[in-house]
Amino acid sequence: MTIEEKANSLVEEFQMFDEWMDKYSYIIELGKEMPLIDEKYKDPQHLISGCQSRVWLYAEMKEGKIVFTADSDAVITKGIISLLLRVVSNETPKDIANADFSFIEEIGLKDHLSPTRANGLVSMMKQIKLYAKAFQLKNSN
Amino acid sequence: MGFNIDKIRADFPILKRKVYGKQLVYFDNGATTHKPQQVIDSIVDYYSNFNSNVHRGVHKLSVEATTAFEDSRKYVAHFINAEDDREIVFTRGATESINLVANSFLSLINKGDEVLITSIEHHSNLVPWQQLCEKKNAKLKVVPVSDDGNLDMEFLDNMLSEKVKIFALSHISNVLGTINPIKEIIAKAHKFGIPVLIDGAQAIAHLKVDVQDLDCEFYCFSAHKAYGPMGFGVLYGKKEWLTRLQPYQYGGEMISSVSLDKTTFNEIPYKFEAGTPNVSGALATVAALKYIKNIGIDNIAKYEDDLLEYATEKLLEIDKMRIIGTSSEKTAVISFLVGDIHPYDIGTLLDQMGVAVRTGNHCAQPLIDNYCIPGTIRASFAVYNSKEEVDYFIEALKKSLAMLA
Repeated sequence: MTIEEKANSLVEEFQMFDEWMDKYSYIIELGKEMPLIDEKYKDPQHLISGCQSRVWLYAEMKEGKIVFTADSDAVITKGIISLLLRVVSNETPKDIANADFSFIEEIGLKDHLSPTRANGLVSMMKQIKLYAKAFQLKNSN
Repeated sequence: MGFNIDKIRADFPILKRKVYGKQLVYFDNGATTHKPQQVIDSIVDYYSNFNSNVHRGVHKLSVEATTAFEDSRKYVAHFINAEDDREIVFTRGATESINLVANSFLSLINKGDEVLITSIEHHSNLVPWQQLCEKKNAKLKVVPVSDDGNLDMEFLDNMLSEKVKIFALSHISNVLGTINPIKEIIAKAHKFGIPVLIDGAQAIAHLKVDVQDLDCEFYCFSAHKAYGPMGFGVLYGKKEWLTRLQPYQYGGEMISSVSLDKTTFNEIPYKFEAGTPNVSGALATVAALKYIKNIGIDNIAKYEDDLLEYATEKLLEIDKMRIIGTSSEKTAVISFLVGDIHPYDIGTLLDQMGVAVRTGNHCAQPLIDNYCIPGTIRASFAVYNSKEEVDYFIEALKKSLAMLA
């Protein structure tokens, strides 16, 4: 699946939820299940400092694709990270650099991505793009 | 006047608001309170009827605006029982009030001098002093807090000395709700000739403030935490101290004469009020303080105490509840954690149910670090909150915890 297809399927998945409680329970579940970052990368270098919840993000190249792993100390933040990573992980640097994250709005989580939330997610999205661009540059050299 | 919660709630139009289709329950009053119609009306009235620049026009509107502005100063002086209305400096808020004093102290601090604060201070009563000490090679000393949220008085006694040039501390902790025994502390500091600045941001709407009785050199507060407008605040300073301090901003209003060679500064308080002031802010602040006065600060304190006690009891019935700040002298602020759950998760779910609380470090990072916790959830009450709202909050909290379990 392309990034766009994965994003669309996620949006469809979320259309099933009428109640906010179901939606958040699902996010919480995702947060608990997320493939965690290797403990050794949970260091200041990989920390994205939001004001409230902390987010760690690690990226590595595997067969031409970037694989992201992450963690957060807040489970809802973790769940939303897991949504983002499901869409962008395992894609080429070029595709990630050009990816459109507006699906987060479509699944009704826009508030979580406003800079005022200070949960580290906005910075994390920037960081994902930065990683993609960095790997792109490395590849072209 | 009897305390009529329904009547009070009706004064605050925003309380009718719904969020995500649910009735708003606003427990973030430590951050800012809502405004009664009387305050909103006073702003509209000013701009509709006598907006004009102050202290400089000969025309009718300017005279009216100036009179209203200076009457506001008199009212604020009366409200906190200042001896003289020239002791009231208008600022943008408590933060600016503290910055004003810290900056003006630049010329009074020398290498090796000490500035004393406490470990429960909001960043606004910490960073300005830290910067001052860095600039002047002075030492910032910090009075620690004990586990229950009270200042460690033994440490405090040991830290007072002639080397301390100013002691800045909060009247009430914004995180813990602790009411510091400031009158006693001020008296102790005075024995060493130390001037004391009180950050009253969390106090002014919740208990009686009498600056003469306290005998503090400086007292600061923001209007917006006391039902007044944002962007307006007060610095009270004893006359002899304000006279002694240098201005920290320069421009119009604050001068008495200007030539290209030399400028002489205006009298107190004007030498600290450079530029066009926030006149509507002053008037709306008076409307807010009058609102408090009409209900009676003692009635407010009693009502909020009952609410605090009720909410604390209900919270403690919840498994793994941990209340941070358990001083016997507290205002209506409850900071808490439940088990290992991150405050952000609880705050997010409460928000979905219409309950507004604050989560995080509350701009008091050193204090939060001191307790080795990721932050807290803070419910802080105001005069318009009700027991029914507390009940709804507790239910919403239980629902959140069930979802996060």
